[in-house]
Amino acid sequence: MAITYTSGEQVEVYRFSLPATILIPLTAIFIQAWLPLRFPFFSNFDLPLLVVIGFATARRSPLAGLITGGLIGIFQDALTHQPIGLYGISKTVVGFGASSLGIKLDVENTGARFLLTIFFYVMHEIVYFMIARGLVGLHMAWSWRHELVSGAANALLGVLVYMLLDHVKQRT
Amino acid sequence: MDVLGRYRNLIVLVGVLFAQILGLAVQVKHTTDSESTRLIRIWAVDSVTPLEKVLVWTQTSSRNIWHNYFYLRGVRAENRSLKAQIEQMSLERVRMSQDADQARRLQAILAFKEQFISQTKAAQVIGSSGSELSRSVYIDKGEHDGIKPDMAVITADGIVGKVLRVYGSTSQVLLIDDQTSGVGAILDKTRLQGILRGTSSGEVVLEKVMSDETVPAGEQVLTSGGDGIFPKGLLVGRVMKVASGGELFLNIRVRPAADLSKLEEVLVVTKIDEKQAQPDQGTSVRAIDILAERLPGVPSKTDNADTSAAPSNADSDGKPKPVTPQASATSGGPITAAASTDTKTFPKPTKAPVDPKPQPALQDTPH
Repeated sequence: MAITYTSGEQVEVYRFSLPATILIPLTAIFIQAWLPLRFPFFSNFDLPLLVVIGFATARRSPLAGLITGGLIGIFQDALTHQPIGLYGISKTVVGFGASSLGIKLDVENTGARFLLTIFFYVMHEIVYFMIARGLVGLHMAWSWRHELVSGAANALLGVLVYMLLDHVKQRT
Repeated sequence: MDVLGRYRNLIVLVGVLFAQILGLAVQVKHTTDSESTRLIRIWAVDSVTPLEKVLVWTQTSSRNIWHNYFYLRGVRAENRSLKAQIEQMSLERVRMSQDADQARRLQAILAFKEQFISQTKAAQVIGSSGSELSRSVYIDKGEHDGIKPDMAVITADGIVGKVLRVYGSTSQVLLIDDQTSGVGAILDKTRLQGILRGTSSGEVVLEKVMSDETVPAGEQVLTSGGDGIFPKGLLVGRVMKVASGGELFLNIRVRPAADLSKLEEVLVVTKIDEKQAQPDQGTSVRAIDILAERLPGVPSKTDNADTSAAPSNADSDGKPKPVTPQASATSGGPITAAASTDTKTFPKPTKAPVDPKPQPALQDTPH
């Protein structure tokens, strides 16, 4: 069992098989594109973001985190009609941040995962908002209440997603 | 070298972000897709839509089996009710064709050009963009089916959006509630024109209507045809709320007639004909003619033979019954909507009205 040592704490590093690395993000993007047609409220969730956080905190490699986040984000962008890069940049930042934080914190328990997801969801929305308004010129309104409620809803779903990811991750 | 190794992750992060921001800036400057971004979109769409198509097909098939074979309770009663509705509507059609004829005559005088939706293609909605900030859907018809960018997409209830991007067998449709969409619109009664736009929260607003105008809530909003995409006169929705917006314009919120959150099947307008209005040459049966059949008059020699065939408006002793106000109002010419709105007063025509002119109706082509 390989264990990495950071700041004197023991942190386990996991990896995902190649099929899981490809199929899980694809499934998340597919569900995100399909489900809102049947259940419009689902558009409040960001399933690909939860997968990015889940992958990043398990792998605990900032490089892998930012690349995974960037690729999933760009793929998500490609399905929208907005310029490619809005989700790409936001998820790159989240992937990097989640994996960096994963090295320093214990992200195995449910409470920590819940709070971490709210934090990264809001961070994702802030980055997206800034890029969309500043660079693309989209008219967007910011509401802390809406973002925090959406963050909590995503965190609830996230806890379930991370539990599913726990079953497919492998110790390095 | 040591510094580079120490800050390697941070340097890569900055590099990746810089590359993406640069790419974004290039895309914002060039409104059309470049080859590389188009390729990424094609890969993404091609990897997601086949599964969506399979799921939608399975869902539709199972629902059709249930509705067409198992769930047939009440079909007879519904059939009777529909037949009654058809009879009622055929009478109404006679009256409306008179109105249309009159309108055409007036349009011909003014050298008006009418727009007809002459061809549509039915399509199934298979997926969405999955983002609240990109209100667009994917349909299962694409380039192979003759779909082109900027074609109007409608439902029986009202307009939906326009085709934005076309791929081999799928297309992306930009909905009217997206903040980047714009539709030329006109208010039905007040005839005020404006631009219909979506907002980031998914609301639809009518812009550019001056604040000194009066717009009642509930008024219908139609397409004005000014955008060159939607033909004139299609239903957009109804005015929901009117508030004084900025200094010059009203803030008019519109509820779209089509339910944009639950789209299943749509029609893509693949062909719009434009031709000058031609006045009718009088070959169609007018409502007044049908009404006249029931009214006593001086019978011509040929009419004498078959007066019993038409239902009589006279009493059994030959005295005429009192004529309704509608009938008296219209006896001098074609019936107008204002003159007669109660179609129940018209008897059923003895022969089907023939109208050789094409009507601006939707014709669905086989797909």
